[in-house]
Parts: sequence; structure tokens; C-alpha cells
Amino acid sequence: MNALTPAAPRVAPAGSAGVSADAACAHCGLPAGEGRRFCCAGCAAAYETIRGLGLGRYYEQRLLDPAARAPRPEAADRLDLGRYVTANPDGTCELALAIDGLQCGACVWLIESVLGRDAAVAQARVNMTSRWLRLVWRGGEAEAGRLIGLVERLGYRLIPFDAAALQAGQDRTGRMLLRSLAVAGFAAGNVMLLSIGVWAGLVQGMGPATRELMHFVSALIALPAIAYAGMPFFASAIAALRQFRTNMDVPIGVGVILVTGISVQQSFAGGDHTYFDSAVTLLFFLLIGRYLDHLARGRARAVAEQLLTLRVRDVAVLAADGSTARRAQEAVAPGERILVGPGERVGADGVVERGASPLDASLVTGESLPEAVGPGSTVFAGSMNLGEALVVRVTAAGQSTLLAECVRLIEAAEARRGRYVVLADRVARRYAPAVHLCALLTFLGWVFIGGASAGAALLTASAVLIITCPCALALAVPAVQVIVTSRLLRGGVLLKSGTALERLADVELVVFDKTGTLTEPTLGLIETPGLDREALRVAASLAASSRHPLARALLAASGPVPAAEAVREHAGLGLSLAVPGGEIRLGSVAFCGVAAAAAAEGPQVWLVRPGRDPVCFEFAERLRADAAECVAALRALGLEVRLLSGDRASAVSRMAALAGIADWRAECSPVEKVAAIEALRARGRRVLMVGDGLNDGPSLAAASVSAAPASAADVSQTVADVVFQGEKLAPVAEAIRMARRAQAAMRQNLALSIGYNALLVPLAMAGFVTPWLAAAAMSSSSLVVMLNSLRLKAGGR
Amino acid sequence: MTVILYLILASLVMGAGGLAVFLWSMRSGQYEDLDGAAQRILFDDEPPK
Repeated sequence: MNALTPAAPRVAPAGSAGVSADAACAHCGLPAGEGRRFCCAGCAAAYETIRGLGLGRYYEQRLLDPAARAPRPEAADRLDLGRYVTANPDGTCELALAIDGLQCGACVWLIESVLGRDAAVAQARVNMTSRWLRLVWRGGEAEAGRLIGLVERLGYRLIPFDAAALQAGQDRTGRMLLRSLAVAGFAAGNVMLLSIGVWAGLVQGMGPATRELMHFVSALIALPAIAYAGMPFFASAIAALRQFRTNMDVPIGVGVILVTGISVQQSFAGGDHTYFDSAVTLLFFLLIGRYLDHLARGRARAVAEQLLTLRVRDVAVLAADGSTARRAQEAVAPGERILVGPGERVGADGVVERGASPLDASLVTGESLPEAVGPGSTVFAGSMNLGEALVVRVTAAGQSTLLAECVRLIEAAEARRGRYVVLADRVARRYAPAVHLCALLTFLGWVFIGGASAGAALLTASAVLIITCPCALALAVPAVQVIVTSRLLRGGVLLKSGTALERLADVELVVFDKTGTLTEPTLGLIETPGLDREALRVAASLAASSRHPLARALLAASGPVPAAEAVREHAGLGLSLAVPGGEIRLGSVAFCGVAAAAAAEGPQVWLVRPGRDPVCFEFAERLRADAAECVAALRALGLEVRLLSGDRASAVSRMAALAGIADWRAECSPVEKVAAIEALRARGRRVLMVGDGLNDGPSLAAASVSAAPASAADVSQTVADVVFQGEKLAPVAEAIRMARRAQAAMRQNLALSIGYNALLVPLAMAGFVTPWLAAAAMSSSSLVVMLNSLRLKAGGR
Repeated sequence: MTVILYLILASLVMGAGGLAVFLWSMRSGQYEDLDGAAQRILFDDEPPK
């Protein structure tokens, strides 16, 4: 699942991915088996294709990233491409595809070269940062499948997505901020150049005419720049004021406008001091903070969105004549019949019409054991079919009843949760009035007590505003957020919400879901002491060619093994391989012809070999490898840990004991889960909810802050503030630890910048602050805050 | 002191030039794929078809 983490590819020689002593496959780098060059026929074909095209340099130049999916070609679901293809006016077609398995620059080169050599392709360009491919070709929609096949044969997976929708909202803000930043930077540099001349002139005796010229030129540069680059702040300040709130942008906006106005007035009056340089440098610094903030969060969110894209699945719709057509989930109408193959997820809620099969509904209901369904049973979208093919009559699709119900609960819980006020805004609420009061007092003080003219008093008051302009204050929080967000992103933790960091730091209590969260998202092999390792290796070599979840579990338990060739898959039954002296079979009791098998709680798979006793593999849910460790780590952080599950009490109590959680509740419906979380919150507890199932969605929304693994149901993943990738739970504890460090750094930063003000405001009120002192104070306080935030980049885990 | 006028003008023109180039490079998508740009330099271009 780490394929999308935009971390730098770790340097690893091809073939280091395997753990056994077997030779590595020349194509994908997974173990190939002794004396063999390739692990499977697919890899051999890919190797031949690449060599045949004269692109063999790929193998010399690539660096396999152990965290990414190995480029072993696999049979992929054929997706309905039609709705993603856009036709260009010049007759070409265009498609955006997310790439799974992209490892390094050589992959980019390989994909572009292979596609570029095809006569139909007009343009193929891979974006390595966002890991997607833009493909433009001639020859109509029909060619798309063939072109995608070219790349999939090399071992990459290509998933089409709606690029227009993704790009529309994606980076308009980022571009606007970057443009503003460029304009502010240009103005800051040039105005500062002139200002230094003026400051030197004050000492060395510059003529008033020259100084006035400098002021006017400064105004000429600064005014349009402020009008343009200040827009993000003015817009946000006005939006806040409209709702009778203040935020950090209000003092910024007021300060910049006042200071600019006074400087213009001074330029015309022929005064000694103008503050154009302060106004533009302030905007420049603030825009840096804001752009970085946007970048870090935008990236985490983009990765989260792409994780969901990679899971797009189509539904096989049965026509009246018995033929099937693949269609998007949303395009299936109630009343239609769909075919759910073995190992596939059910695409829509419905009632089973034909077939009987165990169904794993853990992602939907949190029930860990597969449930046997037959004609007449109700099935929910998202359940995994573990047995034979089912025909389901759709009762509701797209907006499925269960999903719609959960979404309704989520919305209700979110509405009750209320808006979280971030630290910076809490400070701003008190800071802004205080600053404006100081400036007013200065003005009144100088006019009525000091006996200064209104103009001179206004100038001093504006110096107060400049000094207190919350430059460092506005950088204090984003600077920390950028660093922590990108550090967590590298560790596979995606912070989707800007306020998630602060809410995480405050957490007192962690509530886990069981199925798929504390336990692994897929079933695992029960490793009894008497387990026949050799039989397991044989079973796994057969299973390697199947995408069935139980086959995957066998493969995971055995470690990498070479895939057996010429394995036949009998849909819904099992796998067979012809060997000298008979046939090896792997599959259900009936398929393997085993008599009188002991009834088991969970699903079983049998292996029969000619002349040997049949071997039985049993599967059950397994605790994540570091679950107990993570619970202990959370306790060490002073947090209380609880377990809230929809599963049966026996399963929950066993897992709770294994994970070391004393406080658990079983058989909770989604509504009960929400009620439990809200009851805790009503008592003033700040709760982190960690869950993955559709049934956890509402409680994720109800908690103070929520986390979901990347294997979670789409809705839950969208609701969660934090998404963590990988097999481990450790990121949860790590995220809380980092959030606390971030919180501490933010507080230090705020204290530093407020301390600066406390020191300089009296000076400014007394009228000792000149423009150069203001500029120096502003830059140095911003630098100190930045440096303090950078400390978070290093430091122990 | 008219030389100052020339100097100010020259610095502004150069600064504005830099700004224009930056805005152009942004508009033409050169900041879209920074990771890719760093890697592409290591590989030869495909010969044109």
C-alpha cells in the first residue's frame, strides 16, 4: 500500500526484495526459485518485450523500491474506460491514469518509451510527483484498452480516473498563492533596495528631492503589489468579519492597509519615513508560510484521494441474454442483476438470486467471520465473496441503503461535533483587539499628553502597528505544520485536515475498532505448531497465480515463493496443477474430495497431492503484528485505550486480551458506537477514534479526531482526519507523539513572537522605532520562529 | 543625479523580467512534477518518430 508514499526511492539493488536464498526474478526482483531466471511466465514475457524493444537499459538503471509493489504482471480487472476518455477537437483521445507500482525514474522512462513507440500514441507523459500518466492517442476509444495492456504487461497497474474533477479544485489556490508570492517577492526586493538607499541617505545627507523620488518609486512598486499579493489575506479577513469573527488575517489586513495609507500620505507630505518596505516584506513572509502550509496539506490530501482512486472497481452486470458488461458502480440501476465472482467485492446492495457462498462482510459490519449466504440473503456493497460466483439482484446502487444510512449518521455526527477553533485563531481573538487598542492609545497619548500633531502621532501609532503586525505570529503555526505534516507523510501518515495536528495533541483517550483496525484487514492463516511448512510452500506456489483472498493469505504466510506454471483456476472451487503421477488440488473440501472434514469456525482450504495425506489450512482474523506494542506505547503516552466493536463478544474479548485492552464492548451497532463516543465527549473527554469499517464511519465523525487505515472503507477513509498506510499500527502512536511535539513547538513560537512584541511595543509607543528597526525586528523574529520550527525536522522518534 | 533614475529603471526592468519568466514557467507547468524533472535528466530522450 506504500506505493503512493512520495518518499524518495530507497536505494536497493534489484532482487533484494526477497528474503530467501533463491535467485531473484530478472524482471520483478521477487524470488524466482533455484536455477530459474523468472518467477512466472508474465515476468518472462515482460522481460522479452522490454529487451525486444531495445529498452534493456531499464534493468541497469532502475532502483527497485522495496516499499512499492513489485512489477510482477498480474491479471487485472478490465475497467469500463469509456466514461474516463475525453475526445479532443483534433480527433485524438485523452485519458488520465493513476499508476500503481511506479518505482523510480527508469520506470517513467520505460513507460513513456514503450507507449511512445506505438504508432497510435500522440503523447504519453508520466507525472512522477503525483504518479499519473497522461495519454493522448489517435484511433478512438477502442484503442485505449490495447495501450493500457502494453503497460500492464510490464507489471504496472493503470487505473483510469477523472482528471478534470481532480484538477479543477486541486491547485487553483496553490497557483494563486504562488503567483502572489512571486509578486510580493519581487516588490519586497525592489522596495527594500530603495529603502536601504533612503536609510543610508538619512545618515549621509540625501537631498529631500531624491528621497521623495525614492518614496514615490517605492509607492509605485508597492501599491499594485500589495493590492495583488494581499488579496488572500483581505478576502479571508472580510469573510471572517462578515460572520462577526476575527482571525489572524484581520490584524494583518488592517495593519497592511493602515501602514500603506500612512506611507502614501507621508510620500506626498515629503516626510522622512515611509513603511512600504515593511508592508511588502510582511506580505512576502506571510505568503511563504501560507504557501508551505497549502503545499504540505494539499499533498497529503492528494495522496489520500489517489489511494481511493486505486481501488476503483467495476460491476459485472448480467444482461437478459446472459452476457456480462462491466459498468461503473454508480451506473448500476436497482432491479438489474450483477455477477460477483470469487474473490471480488459485491458492487451494490442487493438480494442473492443464485449461488451460495461465504461472504466476508468485515469491512461493512465489523463481523470477523465470513457469513454463508444463499438465495434470498441480503448482501451489502463492499463484502468480499470468498466462495463461488453469486448472482445478485440489485435493490439499491450507488446511494446504497446501508451506505446512505451511514452517510446520514456521519453528517448528523459532524453537525453535532461543532467547529474546532485552532490555536492561532484563539490567540488572534485576543491579540487583534489588544494590538489595535495599543495603537489607538499611542495615537491619543501623543496627541493629548505628548502634544504632538495629529500627523506625527499617526506616524508613531503606525509604527506600533508595524511592530505588532503578526508576522512571526502568523508563521508560528504553519511553519510547524508544514514540517510535521511532511515528516508524517514520509512515514505513511496522511494528515488530511489542517487542524488534525492540534486535535491529536490534545487527545486523552483512544478508542479502537477491532475488525480490520486492531486486526489485519485480510484473513490470515492460523499457524499451528504442527503446520506442514513444505505443504504450505507447495500450496503457496499454486496460490501465487490466484487473486482470491485466501490464496493471498497463503502466499503471505509462506513468504515469497516461485509461482507454479500452468495452474488452472476453477472458479469458486479452487486451483489444480497437473504433475507427474496425478494432480495437485488446492481448494474447498468438495473440490479436493476430502471426506469427513472437521467443522471449523473460519474458512478452510485443503491441499491434496497424489500419494500424500490431505493438508488443511485454516484461516482466521489475526491481530496486527504490533497491536499490543502500539497499545502499550499509547498507554506510555498517558492515554486510555478502549475497544468498541460490532463483532461478537467471544471474538472481541479474545482480541482485546491479546492486545492488552481491558475496557472493551462488543456487538455495538453504528448508532451505539456514536452514542458511546458522544457520551465520552459529553463528559469532556477528547477522543481519538481509530476505525476502518463502513459501520465505523459515523463514530469517526463523532470523535474529536479520527484515524483510519488505508484499507478502510471509502466513506470511513474520507471522513477520517488521519489516514495511515501499511501493515502496522505504530503510525497512530507516532502521529500523537509528533502532534504533541508540534504543539509544544507552536506554543514556543507563539511565545517567542509575542515576547518580541512585548519588548518592542513600548519602544514603538515611545516613538523610538524607525522603519529600519521595524524591518530588522520583523525579519529576525520570523527567522527565529522558522529556525525553532526546523528543530522538528531532526530529533528522535 | 540622473544616473539614479537610470539605475532604478534598470533594476525594475530586470526584476520585472525575472518575475515575468517565473510566471511564465509556472503557467507552462514546470512546477507540476519536480520529482520527475530531477529523474528525467538521467535518461535519454526517445528519438522522434
